[in-house]
Amino acid sequence: MQLPSSEEIVDDLAFFDDWEQRYQYIIDLGKAIPGLAENERTPDRLVKGCQSSVWLVSRIENGLVSFDVDSDAVIVQGLLALVLAAYNNKTPKQILDFDIEGYFQALDLERHITPTRGNGLRAIVAKIQELARRSIN
Amino acid sequence: MSLDVMALRAQFPILSQQVDGKPLVYLDNAATTQKPQVVIDALVDFYTNCNANVHRGAHHLSDEATRRYELARDRVAQFINANRREEVIWTSGTTESINIVANGLVQKLGTGDEVMVTEMEHHANLVTWQQACKRSGALLKVVPIHDNGELDLAAFDSLLSPRTRLVAFPHVSNALGTVNPIRQLTAKAKAVGAWVLVDGAQGIAHGDVDVQEIGCDFYAFSGHKIFAPTGIGALWGKFAVLDEWPVWQTGGEMIADVEYLSSTWGQLPNRLEAGTPHIAGAIGLGVAVQWFGQLNSADVQSHEQALLASAMEQAQCFDGIRLIGTAAKKVGVMSFLLEGSHPADVGFILDRQGVAIRTGDNCAQPLMKRLGIPGTARASFSIYNTLEEVDRLFDALRKAKMMLA
Repeated sequence: MQLPSSEEIVDDLAFFDDWEQRYQYIIDLGKAIPGLAENERTPDRLVKGCQSSVWLVSRIENGLVSFDVDSDAVIVQGLLALVLAAYNNKTPKQILDFDIEGYFQALDLERHITPTRGNGLRAIVAKIQELARRSIN
Repeated sequence: MSLDVMALRAQFPILSQQVDGKPLVYLDNAATTQKPQVVIDALVDFYTNCNANVHRGAHHLSDEATRRYELARDRVAQFINANRREEVIWTSGTTESINIVANGLVQKLGTGDEVMVTEMEHHANLVTWQQACKRSGALLKVVPIHDNGELDLAAFDSLLSPRTRLVAFPHVSNALGTVNPIRQLTAKAKAVGAWVLVDGAQGIAHGDVDVQEIGCDFYAFSGHKIFAPTGIGALWGKFAVLDEWPVWQTGGEMIADVEYLSSTWGQLPNRLEAGTPHIAGAIGLGVAVQWFGQLNSADVQSHEQALLASAMEQAQCFDGIRLIGTAAKKVGVMSFLLEGSHPADVGFILDRQGVAIRTGDNCAQPLMKRLGIPGTARASFSIYNTLEEVDRLFDALRKAKMMLA
């Protein structure tokens, strides 16, 4: 399955009228992204939350940044897919210009990137933004 | 007589709210308990009518604030059956209480001395001693548990030695719900001359805590686990032990005489309470223990055991639930895994159905490693929970299982 764009995801999620369908969609998105092989889940790529763990690999080719991510929790993996839809194969400037908080608000999922959630999602967003900032400087 | 749960519930305004359009089912009581109206009123009344600093004002408000604040100490002392009111030291909670003891211990220990903890510790009762041992050169020994979450009593015996200077263990395990035989453990540790600290964070709200009967030297607990505000707790210690324990923070309130180049310390309890205390919190804690103490403790325990029994029975009939912690003696804590699902996912799906639980490592990473699991989902019950809410938990779990399959 091709990962939809962030705009398509906002439209798709607005279409569902109950939480079960919304979460099922997020779970399915999470299953659609490839994840990482066991031997790629190394400690240096680990972003540990107290509830679940997330791994991040990034690379820059032809000025575009791309990522592979994985989580031990499927809903977190789905939320990571939402993040990837916004950030994957974008220039560092596009990444920094993207309003991630507004995006999660539009998805009605902002509670998942509040600092209180120990799922590592906010830390991943911060890492990606930092990477973009460094590659510009 | 049995507990009138609906009448109790009505005293907790937060429990009548809805989450995402569904009635809140609050099953995260081991993390923190909700507050009855009398406690909320006590805080509001203090700030509305009585706010002043304690022990120093030359005016009516300060006298009244001091009276209420010290009355709270009397109430806590009575609640845990302290021998003297001066044995109750206000702290910010269990963590600070343990840190006071650990900090003092560093000055008393050296190479060759040993400190003992258990495999089921919360980080607050592990990292503190681990660091105290690092700073003093003492050796930390860890008593193993059995796979069902009970302490290995034979190992406890064999690890105790005349070199053991302090033994710390939880009254009740936060992650597993195991109730430890604290009187028996204390007696054994006292027989080798060790100090004994009981981490009472999870033990304080489940019935009778009688510190004299336990026989320990220190009992640490947090107010917010027993219907009181956050940010207040207590360290209880035997008078003779506390009276010579090294002071912790220094500053105002804790001194007797101060010169520019030296100072002498005040009397208990002040010598271990530097600075302006959490006055409103202490008053709230006093009200909370008085309120809780008026309930019949046998009724409280039998209600909690009925909730636990219903949960354990439904879990055993639920295909795919693995229970973590099946000690014979437990409080109302059910830690579990839904096979094939991560606890965080289970927590998300339950949350969407209004059911609040804890997920993750339960602030006990070494214990999770010992059990070979990344963490658990944990439902924990309190006096205001109902059997219908236990059913709601399992309805919500059935949906989680379906969605996460």
